[in-house]
Amino acid sequence: MCRNGALFVDLRVTRWFGNEEQLPKGRLAVFSYAAAALTILLLAGFWKLQVLETGHFTDLAERNRIRTVPIMAPRGRMLDREGRVLVDNYPSFSILLLREDSHLLENTLPQVAAGLDLPVDDLREQITAAAAEPKFQPIVIKPEATQADIAFVESHRADLPVLELLMVHRRRYPSGGFLSHAIGYVSEVNQQQLAESNGRYRPGDITGRSGLEREYNDVLMGADGSRRVMVDSMGKVASTLEDTEAVPGQSIQLTIDYDLQAIAESDLGDKQGAIVALDPQTGEVLAMASHPAPDPNDFAVRISSAQWKSLTDDPEHPLLNRAIQAQLAPGSVFKIIVATAMLESGTPAEDFTVSCPGYADFYGRTFHCWQKGGHGSVDLHKAIVQSCDVFFYNVGKRLGIDRIYQYATELGLGRRTGIDLPGEQPGFIPSPAWKERVYHQQWYPGETISVSVGQGAVVTTPLQMAYSIGGIAMGGTFVQPHLLKDFPSVHTQRVPLREETIQRVTDGMFGVVNEGGTAATSRLPNIELCGKTGSAQVIGYDTRDRLGKAAEFKENAWFVGYAPRRNPEIAVAVIIQGGGHGGTVAPVAADIVKAYYEKKQHRQQNQTAVNFLSRTEPATMVATMEPR
Amino acid sequence: MPERPKFGDFDWWLMGIVGAICTLGLLQIYSATHNGNLAGMQWKQLIWIGVGITGMLVFMRLDYHAMLEQAPLLYIIGIAALLAVLAMGHTRFGSRRWVVIGGVFLQVSEVMKLIIIIVLARFFSEVRTEELTLQDLVKAGILVAIPALLILVEPDLGTALALLPVAGVGIYLAGMRRKHTLTVVALLLVLSPVAWHLRTHLKPYQQQRIETFLHPEESPRGSGYQILQSEIAVGSGGLWGKGFGKGSQNQLGFVPVRYSDFILAALAEEFGFAGVLVALLLYLGLVWRLVESAQKAKDRAGMFLVMGVAAILGFHVLVNAAMVIGYMPVTGIPLPLMSYGGSSTAFVFLALGLVMNVRMTRFVN
Repeated sequence: MCRNGALFVDLRVTRWFGNEEQLPKGRLAVFSYAAAALTILLLAGFWKLQVLETGHFTDLAERNRIRTVPIMAPRGRMLDREGRVLVDNYPSFSILLLREDSHLLENTLPQVAAGLDLPVDDLREQITAAAAEPKFQPIVIKPEATQADIAFVESHRADLPVLELLMVHRRRYPSGGFLSHAIGYVSEVNQQQLAESNGRYRPGDITGRSGLEREYNDVLMGADGSRRVMVDSMGKVASTLEDTEAVPGQSIQLTIDYDLQAIAESDLGDKQGAIVALDPQTGEVLAMASHPAPDPNDFAVRISSAQWKSLTDDPEHPLLNRAIQAQLAPGSVFKIIVATAMLESGTPAEDFTVSCPGYADFYGRTFHCWQKGGHGSVDLHKAIVQSCDVFFYNVGKRLGIDRIYQYATELGLGRRTGIDLPGEQPGFIPSPAWKERVYHQQWYPGETISVSVGQGAVVTTPLQMAYSIGGIAMGGTFVQPHLLKDFPSVHTQRVPLREETIQRVTDGMFGVVNEGGTAATSRLPNIELCGKTGSAQVIGYDTRDRLGKAAEFKENAWFVGYAPRRNPEIAVAVIIQGGGHGGTVAPVAADIVKAYYEKKQHRQQNQTAVNFLSRTEPATMVATMEPR
Repeated sequence: MPERPKFGDFDWWLMGIVGAICTLGLLQIYSATHNGNLAGMQWKQLIWIGVGITGMLVFMRLDYHAMLEQAPLLYIIGIAALLAVLAMGHTRFGSRRWVVIGGVFLQVSEVMKLIIIIVLARFFSEVRTEELTLQDLVKAGILVAIPALLILVEPDLGTALALLPVAGVGIYLAGMRRKHTLTVVALLLVLSPVAWHLRTHLKPYQQQRIETFLHPEESPRGSGYQILQSEIAVGSGGLWGKGFGKGSQNQLGFVPVRYSDFILAALAEEFGFAGVLVALLLYLGLVWRLVESAQKAKDRAGMFLVMGVAAILGFHVLVNAAMVIGYMPVTGIPLPLMSYGGSSTAFVFLALGLVMNVRMTRFVN
């Protein structure tokens, strides 16, 4: 009997008396039954998970271990006509945020923000913005990760499994906006494109947004591949299950000549304007510049909405590709169209002559000639060479608006040339029918007088002018301009022009440069540079004088030149907004034509050298071919 | 003094069941660790099983009455050891539970389980009334509460709770007054909703504090993640399992401590419901065999010893299996004889040594 206190005091008990009486067996049996009952309950729990809900958990297990990592296809490059690289790619890493585990995401967000040097509020905003998208779709929180960012993600794979790196190829564009309008740029596919693509695009895909990037997106884009990998609980890749190789986009070769483009870019400088150079025989565009030009590298990664707004709101419209989208009055360049119409229709007769006192009165209104002192007696040739307005007022009056409309349209104006760029504008040639339809007004004969010198409602794009003037010099053959070297099925439009017409019009344009005409300063030795200047009023002379703001409304200076005199190899349209007299911009076209001929000569010399060397000493050929 | 028990009286049925459970455990430890830097862990476990069996054979040959006689001394030594652990024990996984003896990490709380079985067996066997008095209940409660609280502050909630069923089963077997029974039932009915309310209505930071207390070793993913991964492993195993060594949740490390506390989840994934059925039936068989030994015990003290062992093992299996399927919170309770762990394996074998001892003693005299 050592219960109670004795139990804990006397540690040296040698004899101890327990209760020898057996307990009722039933109490022990209850324990067995309870154990059996609990086992059945547990088994029911396992049955629920393993048999009833096994599909659900199998899905979860698969999602745990399988991760699909995209392999981005590099976009095709753009090369110039000689194979020089214009647009290239460079590898870069984007940091993805996996959003499947929202609890984990919330817990680790501050650490992620601190490690990647991103404001945590911005991250929250991005997560909220993407809330509607499927949870398994990661979001890019940092394009263009730095070395430090990559190191951060790599070293926190275990404790920050919400981060993932994605290797991407980014576009490297020529710097300073070189050829930027024609090239265009790429951006992440937007909701509208996604909806229209019928599943061809996936969120996050990079597609061409403008220019050639957009026009040839399907060729350039390629197809992204993917890698299905098995990952362990730390997010480390345990093994690769299957690879779908990325199909790289195809490179495209352009008709652009880097050297000519460079001259065009530097001649335009910081002036507002555009230059288009093309080969009228093939339609190949050799150069296309438009200023001001944004540098697409600035928004190749991700453009902020503020940045984008400043571009779209800029009064100088840097996003406008003036070469194909600026619709401006052609001014005196249009006289070539009127001259061609006159010769073709015989109205008035080709020996038509007027006396220019510096102005002329029509329908009770006085129309000025740009030469206030007048040109004296003027025939067609002199009228083109000296750009006499009075002569063409009279021609226009006799031709009438319907004929001008008909010939201008036939000669390539007032409609798109069909160049392989998105967003080309058609320009506009007015007609009585149009005026009736749009304004419900009658056509005033005085309007015809303005139209005949390329003013009034006539507007054209620089590309159209090069296309049209080049086509006339080709004898009425208008070849669809294009930028892709292997452009399939180039469309050619033939307008039957009389030989006499072509002869006289091209002689006139030869005179403009070579016979002391309006572009006499741009004469080139040994090169038959021809062309026509134009000085298009932005507003009427009268309005300008009334406002007294001559400087603000300076004329747009045009020059459309080509060489040689017949069947030209190169046609160049130059417009500088507010550039004043057309004669001042003719040297720009002359520069490009001169460079074109120098390159051609150089090529021929090399060809001769190669022919000569290949007969004698092939080994030195390479050295000789090095550009000087 | 009774005579030494004969070897032929050894409980081969019990040992067969124990052997099967250990084999399943070794296989799953191998499957869970052979790919990583823990490879070879099954051999360590095998050594511990060897140590345990040796201890069991020794315990078999001691007279359990001699142990019961020394119960007060054992109790004092146990409490002192727990205090010593708290003062200068070794901390691992955020909890101070270990003492290092000759380079071996030993969990003192495992030893305390054994001691509490012996102490309570002696206490209840000395009750001569048909039913326990209130005084007896309070005394039994205090005997358990002291070590349980010391273990709780280590912190080790699981092991602290594991001491309670020993007292619970003892009280039930010793007999309770109707009045006391009704009071306990009423208390449970009142407290359960309160506990439930606390669990669901605590502020997040309060829950967080309790979480950190319960799971000091937690990863930032939280215990919810562990339970989910365990459920995924179990559920994806299906009826027949994915095959030995082929469970992705197990092999790729999604199941937390898959060689120890969550070994049943790994087994469920690789052997399916069929494997779980076998494992749980083995444990049920183990408990039945223990109850049978208790029924055949020569005296009341022997019976209480065996039932104490049955209670503690049954509790472990119940809580562990329920945790694996998300029915109970993660409290760090291993699956006896299957989970990797030196101290707990050794404890089970020593406890089974006590059971054998009681069983064999009945044949002598």
